[in-house]
Amino acid sequence: MSRVALVTGASRGIGRSIAVLLAARGHHVAVNYRTNAGAATEVVEAIEGTGGEALAVQADVSDADQVTAMFAAVEEHLGAVEVLINNAGVTRDGLLLRMQPEAWDEVLATDLRSAYLCSRAALRAMVKARWGRIVSIGSVSGVAGNAGQANYAAAKAGLIGFSKSLAKEVGSRGITVNVVAPGFIETDLTASLAATSAERLLENISLGRFGRPEEIASVVGYLASDEAGYITGQTIVVDGGLAL
Amino acid sequence: MERAEIESKLVDLLVDELGLERDDITMEARFEEDLEVDSLGVVELLMALEDNFDVKIPDDEAEGITTVGQAVDVVSAKLGA
Repeated sequence: MSRVALVTGASRGIGRSIAVLLAARGHHVAVNYRTNAGAATEVVEAIEGTGGEALAVQADVSDADQVTAMFAAVEEHLGAVEVLINNAGVTRDGLLLRMQPEAWDEVLATDLRSAYLCSRAALRAMVKARWGRIVSIGSVSGVAGNAGQANYAAAKAGLIGFSKSLAKEVGSRGITVNVVAPGFIETDLTASLAATSAERLLENISLGRFGRPEEIASVVGYLASDEAGYITGQTIVVDGGLAL
Repeated sequence: MERAEIESKLVDLLVDELGLERDDITMEARFEEDLEVDSLGVVELLMALEDNFDVKIPDDEAEGITTVGQAVDVVSAKLGA
């Protein structure tokens, strides 16, 4: 069944893969981006090139007014959002003793506040429709903790508690709310790692390699499907065995 | 809009949006206790009222609504009926 999906932070990395996969399954996909219009357009063109339907929508998802405007634009062009993927996120790593309040606030706003704002905006129509899927992209850092990422881990762990609570609030309306928590995935974020630190990281990954964005997208795609209708409030860790 | 008109529109909303039985709805009926509307259902009703009557119902006023009649009161006050 074809649905309207919105993926935040979808111009590259994991978000891009999720947008492409949902479109390949026949969904109409809104590709949200904050600054990189060129990359978002390229994602839309890639989707349209394979016969899918997509729309690029600019918004800073940590800003309430911009989120409202984004949902209005998506509803006008594609219809009400039925599948929401809270993927947008940033990192501002550093040891806590040296972490400035700005680095804390920016990560909490982009990685956690955004999920609150977008979920609230999406729920109106989902509750009415008695069907909806919300999947937020967490992180293994939010499950196991990670030195140098207290802000990021707090935000990602926050998504887990948020999703469990929301799952209880809206379960009676056929809406499921889940988290997919990736480990190290080959994206721009991990490409910047020095070769030596990459090798050290790999030693702790049971599968002996970094994951691919498509391997996160496939789990998100499943949770967004009708088939996954009895799974809610869960966190699925997709990390190659890193957190074992 | 007349109060009677608001009442009848509200009853329609309760039947259409929340799936309530028309016969169960009286002005004295309490949403949660008598009509078995859950807390999310009350929120749904508020959203439906805001959309259908084109009014804004702030949280502090929303908290005072426990019966059908009180919902009519709030909307009536907003519309000057």
